[in-house]
Order: sequence, then structure tokens, then C-alpha cells
Amino acid sequence: MATGDLNPNHYPAQRAAKVVQHYLNTRHGSPFRLFGLHSVENGSAENVNDTGRKYQLGLTVHEIISNTTLNCTAEVIFPDGAEQQPPVVQVSCEDLSKSNATAEEEAFYQQYKSNQSLVSAQNLPDSYGHIDPDKKPFWHLGIVASSFVMLNESNENTLYNMAQVANITQLATENEQLKFDSHILLHDMVSQEILHWKLLFTWSPAEGVEVQDMEQLRRCNH
Amino acid sequence: MFGMWLHLSIFGITLVLLLVPDTTAHLHRAEYDYYKYHPMEEIVSWMSAMVNDYPDVVTMMDYGRTVENRTISLLKVGVQTPGKKKKAVWMDCGIHAREWIAPAFCQYFVSQILQSYKSDSLMKQMMENMDFYVTPVFNVDGYVYSWKDNTTRLWRKNRSPGPAGCSCYGTDLNRNFDANWGTIGVSSDCCSNIYCGSAPMSEPETQFLTYFVGSRKEDFLCYLTIHSYGQLLLVPYGHPNFTASNYNELMEVGLGAAQAVEKVHGMKYRVGSSPDILYPNSGSSRDWAHLQGIPLSYTFELRDNGTFGFKLPEDQIQASCEEAYSGALHIITYAHHKTFSCAVSTTASTCTMITLMLMLGL
Repeated sequence: MATGDLNPNHYPAQRAAKVVQHYLNTRHGSPFRLFGLHSVENGSAENVNDTGRKYQLGLTVHEIISNTTLNCTAEVIFPDGAEQQPPVVQVSCEDLSKSNATAEEEAFYQQYKSNQSLVSAQNLPDSYGHIDPDKKPFWHLGIVASSFVMLNESNENTLYNMAQVANITQLATENEQLKFDSHILLHDMVSQEILHWKLLFTWSPAEGVEVQDMEQLRRCNH
Repeated sequence: MFGMWLHLSIFGITLVLLLVPDTTAHLHRAEYDYYKYHPMEEIVSWMSAMVNDYPDVVTMMDYGRTVENRTISLLKVGVQTPGKKKKAVWMDCGIHAREWIAPAFCQYFVSQILQSYKSDSLMKQMMENMDFYVTPVFNVDGYVYSWKDNTTRLWRKNRSPGPAGCSCYGTDLNRNFDANWGTIGVSSDCCSNIYCGSAPMSEPETQFLTYFVGSRKEDFLCYLTIHSYGQLLLVPYGHPNFTASNYNELMEVGLGAAQAVEKVHGMKYRVGSSPDILYPNSGSSRDWAHLQGIPLSYTFELRDNGTFGFKLPEDQIQASCEEAYSGALHIITYAHHKTFSCAVSTTASTCTMITLMLMLGL
């Protein structure tokens, strides 16, 4: 695999940068805050003895909802070994707090905390790419939760994006956390496969998303 | 011959037709919404309507049958120039069923060149010198299947029954062409989304395209195959050990196209060979076309970068098409100008074919 200075447009740096996107979403994503990879400016890779492959990256990310772009530097280590292990990520972005959405998050949290009627949504987005405005925060939550899976499953031979939230169902609030059961479809660009995962997760403005259970569903093809 | 006859025999009433303002064509254009996704039946009707509305420049050609016996059709768009040999541009959309923005782009492309050629002298010249062969939906069975319900929307391959002993359907048509077939970036597992088929050109769809383009390969100046997603312009070859003979030219023109794309709505497209910027692969239509000698062969991967992926919202169709059109036009214009020397003028101008062979009328 490529070592030394990397062409930022080539796939090794791009795949490592996508991992940084997943990491940022697990740490900072919310129903009103979502990160997408914008561009890779520079990168380098090296083999680290007895550890794995280490990438250093300069990249820009896009906070999708507020439409702001942030400069970041990151380090991604893909561990050695035959079995899949999650990459280790460190990232620092300027002005991460600029895209805070505290007010909206709090309002959303209060709205759904009371369990008056538990919300449920399917097929986000629908076949036409459409999502009802009041369901969009749940699509965002789906992306954030699936970022935990995408992060765990990433290696130098994958490039994950979430393809769809097939189903997201609110469960009773637990320990002040909104709780959701979901069925999510991921797309891996390299194999072109669609992977199905079940995710049980919680969210609150204070704690962010925490995944309690994740399970890959083996599907029979049709 | 048929075209010529029609032209002459209706010459007398052509004037009458022209006097009827373009309302028929215009009305039809106003009715068809290019910024929505259309199911196969509507696309087929649209193709017939284009032939109806622009009989002097548009013909439809059925050039194949799918596994499930559906017709594979293209629109041939160009000013009829009886007795004059023309060059050609190939564009196919929808090799992969779930990439709905691609067929949307092919339809937009046709409507754009038809709208602009009457007033834009460059486009008029190009339509006089070249025919545009546009296949709005190549993998018809797959596309129809992706419209079936929520669970089929993300289907990619065609709908071939699997080989004996495998219960899965479908071959990845873009791994099935005879171009380093089966060597890299494929799977021999028939359930895989990159299953390359039982042999090169095992699929009827691949065979029909191969035959149609192959039997006219000297005519084609460029071959554009439209996909999504990823915002990329890919040049041959998919195999890392093979470099296209005109790689530098492909990159220069491709980078120019990406610049043209970015000028429209600020979207960045990366340009390079597939093994460099995406992944190695084999058996793609782009590689096959280049191996046939078609010099400017590109894969377009349209919007977006993964946020919506294959399910690009309809409210992005217009912008995606506008920027991709700009990119495609850059490549097509380059191909045209390389082949035809055109006297630059604001009024009618003539282009003479550069190559000696064509000047000799061969």
C-alpha cells in the first residue's frame, strides 16, 4: 500500500479521510449536527511496526446542516491483523463549536422525551431522495448511530456511507436518554455491497449518541 | 436512405410545419419534468415524443433485448446531412439500476442539445458533424426492478438468473465487458454485486452494446458512460498494470471538464484512473470502448459524495444535470474540434474534417 506523501485525490487518503468523518459524527453528531467529508488537502502514510498503518491527513469537513466548512488535521491508524479491528482516530478541527445547534437539540429532546406518543419512521430517504422535514432529525440520528458501525468496520479496503434508514422506532425514554431501535442500510463503495445492521441506541443533548447494541443482519439476496 | 427520402418528399410541407410555431415541441418540453425521476414507461414515452417533436434530428433505434426480453433503445440526435459521413458521440446511462440520476441526466442532455442547436452555432456545427447516440436506460430490467418497491431500490446488476447452484440473480454489467475481463475488482460469487458473469459478454445487454458500437467503432470520437455516486471523472483503464496510450490527453481534457463542472455550482469532481482514485476493476464498458480505439472514453460518477448516495433528492437533479452537462460538453467539444477544423465566425460556418481519410470520402 502507498507509503510516504500521498496524492490527496487518490483513494488511500480518501478512504482514511472518510474514517475521520465517521469518527467526528460519533463524537459530535446529533439530530442537528452532521459532518461530511469535503476535501482532502494533503496526506502521508507509514507502516508502524507491530501496530499497523498510520495516516496523517489535512482535510476539510462540511457541517451539513449549518453549511459551514472546517479545516481539520487528523491521524488514523489502521491496526494490523487478519481480523477487523476499529481504526484509531485523533482529529483536531478549528472552530468545531461554531456549528453548535444547542437550541434545536434541546427543543427536540424535550419534544420527544415525554413518551406521549413514541415516534417511528421508515424509508429515510424514500426512493426519490425525499425526507419529510419533521423526520429529518431522525435521518440525522440514523447517520450518527450508523457512524459507530461504519467506524468499527472500516479498514483500508472499505469506504462506507449510510444508504438509508429502513426503520427507526422510538422506545421508552431510559435514564433521561431518548432511545431508538433502528434498521439501517450501509453502502460500501469498494465491494458495492449493501449491508444491513440493527442498532439500538440512545441520545440526549448532554450525552450525544451511545450505541447499546449493534448486529449485522445477514440477508439472502433476491 | 430512408431519412433522405423523408426529407425530400416532405420538403413541400416542411415549410408549413415550420410555420406552426414550435409549440408542439415546446409544449411537450414544458410537460415533461426533467427534474423528477421517471419510471421506465414514462422514459419510453418520452423517447417516442422526442422523435415525434424533432423528426428532422431525432430517431430512435432499438439495438437489443434484455434478459427479460425488454427492448434496449437509444435516441440518435443529429442534423441529417445526406451523403456526408458523420462522426459520433456515445452516451449511456443506467448500466447500474440504482443510479437514478444517470438516466435523468441522459434525458436532460438530449433536451439541452435539442434546445440549444438552433441558436448556438457551435452546437449546430457539432450536430451537423456528429450524431449523438444516447441510451437513457441501458440496464432496463434492473431499472424496472429498482422501481418495484422499497426493498428493490438499491439493486445494481441486471436480472439474469444465477448460474446453476446459485440462487442469486444478476450480473454486474460494468464488469462483464471484454476488457481484461475477470482479472481484478470482481467476484466470482454470483451473489456479489460485482459478479462479472460466467464469461466476458455472457449477458445479452453487453452483447448488444458490443455489437452496436463495435460495428461502428471508427465513427465514435468519444464514449461517455454515466453513473453515480462519487463526483468523479474516471479514465481508462481499471486495471492498474495498464495505462491508456493517450493518458495525458485523457487527464488534461478530464481536468478541463472538472473545471467546467465546478464553474456551474461549485462542486468538485476528482479526475483520474479508477485504480488511482476509486478502486481497480475490469470488464468495464469504458475500458472496452477505449480498447476498441475510441480515444476519449470516460466514466462520469455524478452527485453526491455519500450523504444521500444513490437516493439523490429530486431537488438536486437540476443542478447535477447542469454541471454534468457542462463537463460532458467540454469533452465533446474537444473531441469535435480535434477532428474538425472549424472556421470561426459568428454566422454560419463550415467545418472541414481534418483527417485525410475522411476528406477522401472514405
